[in-house]
Amino acid sequence: MTAISVRDLTKSYDGVEAVRGISFDVAAGEVFGLLGPNGAGKTTTVEVLEGYRQRDGGEVEVLGYDPGRAERGFRERIGVVLQSSELWPGLTVRELHRIFAGYYEQPRDVDETIDLVGLAHKRDARLKTLSGGQKRRIDLGLALVGDPELVFLDEPTTGFDPAARRNAWELVRSLRGLGKTVLLTTHYLDEAQQLADRVAVLVAGEIVRIGRPSELTASSKAEIRYREGGELRVVETDEPTQLLHELTAAALAEGRELDGLEVRRATLEDVYLDLVDEGGP
Amino acid sequence: MKRVPVRLYLHQLRTEQLVFWRNRESAFFIFAFPVMLFLLLGSLYGDDRTDEGYAGTAVLLAGMLGYGAANTGFAGLAITLVVRREYGILKRIRSTPLPAATYFAAALTSTLLVFALQALVLFGLGRLLYDTELPGRPLSLAFLVVFGAAAFAGIGIGTSALIRSAEGSSAVVNFILLPMAFLSGSFGGRDYPRVLEAIADVLPLKYFIDLLRDVYLEQESPWSNPGSLAVVAAWGLGGLVLAFRRFGWEPRER
Repeated sequence: MTAISVRDLTKSYDGVEAVRGISFDVAAGEVFGLLGPNGAGKTTTVEVLEGYRQRDGGEVEVLGYDPGRAERGFRERIGVVLQSSELWPGLTVRELHRIFAGYYEQPRDVDETIDLVGLAHKRDARLKTLSGGQKRRIDLGLALVGDPELVFLDEPTTGFDPAARRNAWELVRSLRGLGKTVLLTTHYLDEAQQLADRVAVLVAGEIVRIGRPSELTASSKAEIRYREGGELRVVETDEPTQLLHELTAAALAEGRELDGLEVRRATLEDVYLDLVDEGGP
Repeated sequence: MKRVPVRLYLHQLRTEQLVFWRNRESAFFIFAFPVMLFLLLGSLYGDDRTDEGYAGTAVLLAGMLGYGAANTGFAGLAITLVVRREYGILKRIRSTPLPAATYFAAALTSTLLVFALQALVLFGLGRLLYDTELPGRPLSLAFLVVFGAAAFAGIGIGTSALIRSAEGSSAVVNFILLPMAFLSGSFGGRDYPRVLEAIADVLPLKYFIDLLRDVYLEQESPWSNPGSLAVVAAWGLGGLVLAFRRFGWEPRER
């Protein structure tokens, strides 16, 4: 089943094309990553799908709805975590969840939702006493308390320290366990690699690559590096096993060491940086 | 399905009340501050009588009701909406099934509730401490109070669309509110130079206070002064028109 279907979506602001005719599908239950540098059109795309922005052109269907019409039935079934958003500092974790649960016809149990995002011990704490990471958990809790089928996460870990990022990743993985469809935007490659089933790389308003994180790197060549007479040698090859065997056999025969020997395959980062360079202005 | 908006409305009204009373600044500046001013100024006026022969404290009470309506409806609502917009709270609420109309209806009712409570406290304290009279036409006065608070709320919603930052909202709003309150006679006399009087003549608060004096001091019907009613209503509608054109749910800054 398809949760999100986008065909030839375009959107401009003041004559500047932010999104230039992109198409992709997201299956129900899939975690889909929109990856790209700042200003690539990720947030614009997501905000069209969330119903915040009207598209200029193309077809968009989310859970069978046209998000541009902003129907209540549509909002009953989505959960949104915004990039940055604050709430009333004097209210407790539970009060905030209760308020948002009340907006939906069939919400999740409030306490269960608080447990799910790992704030059970802070249930009665006021928002102003919580850390940044804990506040982000509330953002997720409030997006989940309506029991949505589809969750939008716009740069969920931007500004996090490494430990907080890992915690946030665990939370996103737990969404998959709940069977939710997740659309995630990020400019962190490792985040997309860690979390997403499929990734679309968005550069300057266009999708330059789409596929599983492993597929994005599979086509690239391996690279063998070593030092010979103090000089660095770099060889690219499609057959690293064969080449490595020849190199090491020759070195063994001569009784010398291959200094700094290294075999690496392009990471998603290399592929991504290449794509961003090519697609960029 | 028809019943859902009613449930949502009551839920949001409870939310608004919880948020209002939990926030000490809003509870103090919006609710308690006008009451404090009334106590202070009232003790200053003592047994003074105005030229028209009314008890000074009774005239003050009418003025404070006017100030309270503008403070709660205009200042309170404008600041609340700007802060919520800039914090991203409005945007977040927009993604939920809560309809926009329900949100505004609840915010408006909540404002009216706060002001109605304030009016009761003002009349009660006036009666206890300054021997002011209870209103002779309570229903007319209740109508007027709700009418005025709603009109100022309309202006407040409209004004929120013109203010860009949360930090500046309180300063901007009070820069309008306090001079208007002084010039309109909220705190006593109105004997200002012509130029300043001319400013008060175009603002709604003076007309609203006139109406309050008519009904409270003179026991007149609010309809006996349709011109003043029309001015207040026009300002409220003007605010709503501005809101319809310019109101936004998303942060302007950042």
